Amino acid sequence: MMNLQEHGQARRKFINQLMLVLCGTAAAIAILVLVLILGYTLFKGISYINLNILIQAAKPMGQAGGGMRNEIFGTLILVLLGCVFALPIGVLAGIYLAEFANPRVAATIRFTADILSGVPSIVVGVFVYAIMVMPMHSFSALSGGVALAVIMVPVVARTAEESLRLVPDSMREAALALGITRWRAVVGVVMPGAMTGIITGIMLGVARIAGETAPLLFTALGSSFGVQGLLKPIGSLSLIIYKDALSPYPTDQQHAWAGAFLLVLLVLGISILVRWVSNRKHN
Amino acid sequence: MTRRNGEKTVSPVRPNTRLPARHSGYSDKIFSNLTLFFTIVMVLILAALVFILTKDAMPAINKFGFAFITNRMWNPVTDIFGALPAIYGTLVTSLIGLLIAVPISIGAAIYLVELAPNWLKGPASFIIEMLAAIPSVIIGLWGLYVMVPVVRNNIEKWLGGHLDALPLFQGPPFGVGFLSAGLLLAIMIIPIITAVTRDAMKAVPNEQREAMFALGATRWETINKAVLPYCRTGMIGAVILGLGRAFGETMAVTMVIGNGYKLTASLFSPGATIASTIASQFGEATTGVYTGSLIELALILFGLTLIVNVIARTLVWRMTSLKAAKK
Repeated sequence: MMNLQEHGQARRKFINQLMLVLCGTAAAIAILVLVLILGYTLFKGISYINLNILIQAAKPMGQAGGGMRNEIFGTLILVLLGCVFALPIGVLAGIYLAEFANPRVAATIRFTADILSGVPSIVVGVFVYAIMVMPMHSFSALSGGVALAVIMVPVVARTAEESLRLVPDSMREAALALGITRWRAVVGVVMPGAMTGIITGIMLGVARIAGETAPLLFTALGSSFGVQGLLKPIGSLSLIIYKDALSPYPTDQQHAWAGAFLLVLLVLGISILVRWVSNRKHN
Repeated sequence: MTRRNGEKTVSPVRPNTRLPARHSGYSDKIFSNLTLFFTIVMVLILAALVFILTKDAMPAINKFGFAFITNRMWNPVTDIFGALPAIYGTLVTSLIGLLIAVPISIGAAIYLVELAPNWLKGPASFIIEMLAAIPSVIIGLWGLYVMVPVVRNNIEKWLGGHLDALPLFQGPPFGVGFLSAGLLLAIMIIPIITAVTRDAMKAVPNEQREAMFALGATRWETINKAVLPYCRTGMIGAVILGLGRAFGETMAVTMVIGNGYKLTASLFSPGATIASTIASQFGEATTGVYTGSLIELALILFGLTLIVNVIARTLVWRMTSLKAAKK
């Protein structure tokens, strides 16, 4: 009898050990995958980085040399355009949700925002193609910016709302008690209190859209003629990585890795900055 | 996640501040209407998306009707299109992704919440979340040049050698195909499933664990019998949320799936998903029916992710509001 019980104990302990080790292994695998991808991309990418990559324009397909100056510019312009369209919508919608909407309406709108942020980015690309590229008869930087904005709006709106809600009501009451109007209270007192959170949300949105490719395929399209204005096609780092990765020429493939290095640096740089800012705020 | 149900957690004073202040004049009206206007713009984007996609898919909807979903042909020359292989590809690759990602994610979440030493919890979560920030096109690049050769020369060779009784693992090892796409999808959905599961597990009250420990249970028994059943809803939500991501993932999949539009049991075979078909063919579409078919594909993809996301959100909400109610 005693023996049986001891046997049971040993079995339970063994299962316990086994499962705990398996869980640890799972966490290790998840981390290892990131290290593998990131390490390889940075390691391989940096070996093809040189000054020409940063300051020269692209050479025709397959030719050695050349750089991705235009694509770096293109990414910056597209992200900027995305912000120009997305920030007013996102931030003001966030203010409405947090300050003015009644709970029932707010819940519905919040749900809509969540659905919008779950729309696959390729579908957003097709949508913007239909509303902008088709009527204007041209691929354009502008339409690329709009596509990125559609992706960014829900991210900014939700984080803006959440950080506004974290501002204590006593702040609102104190401001109103001084006799200032609602909107002055919101803009002058509540918003400054939530600024770190709102900026964090904006930067999260920027990190997300800077690396997007699918919504740009049929809107910004990519361009081998550099930046020619907002109504013409424009290239981006993500588009050139896609194109060069599928190219049969080794020089193009090297460019894909160099571009990947730059893009990872940009996106992860922003993400780490966001993390740092929000951590500092909590402390 | 925890702030989702803002209206339940706000202090009772809150409603008073929502009333218009006494001194409010035109400026207040203008400001609140301005914020309302931009909120409506946000809602209209979604409405316009559904309307425009439906309208522009009409040439295909009118021509093929319901048969679009069951037809396996995709022939731009004869202008006959069917979505079945793309839908099949989306489902199969997402399923492979889930099969691999779910055990890893849940294991990792258990480790992060229950087992890891405190100093490690933050950094480890951070690293796994970083994985979600890597752009899809870069995962695709890595997949194409680093993972695909390994899949072709090692994984598919081994599977083909040992498990070739199953039709899934028959056929020549191409490297690019359903299996590679599924593997990349697994990598890409691990962070979201891990993060949401972790949040759900954090919502389990400590009394659950303490009661189990007091009965003399081991750590694993505590996790398995007291923690996991309690947050099952949230975990299912997390998995479905991951499925929604996998459905819509485009670039990485397009780069490693090989873009063969066919219906085949072999996982080694090149294939296509809905998203990869749109990405690789939309630029070439010339006729109205061709473009319409691709837009109808986009509409189907939107519908799939919509259903999946609504289910997932509802489940995750229920879990986190449970926590809010208990407070």
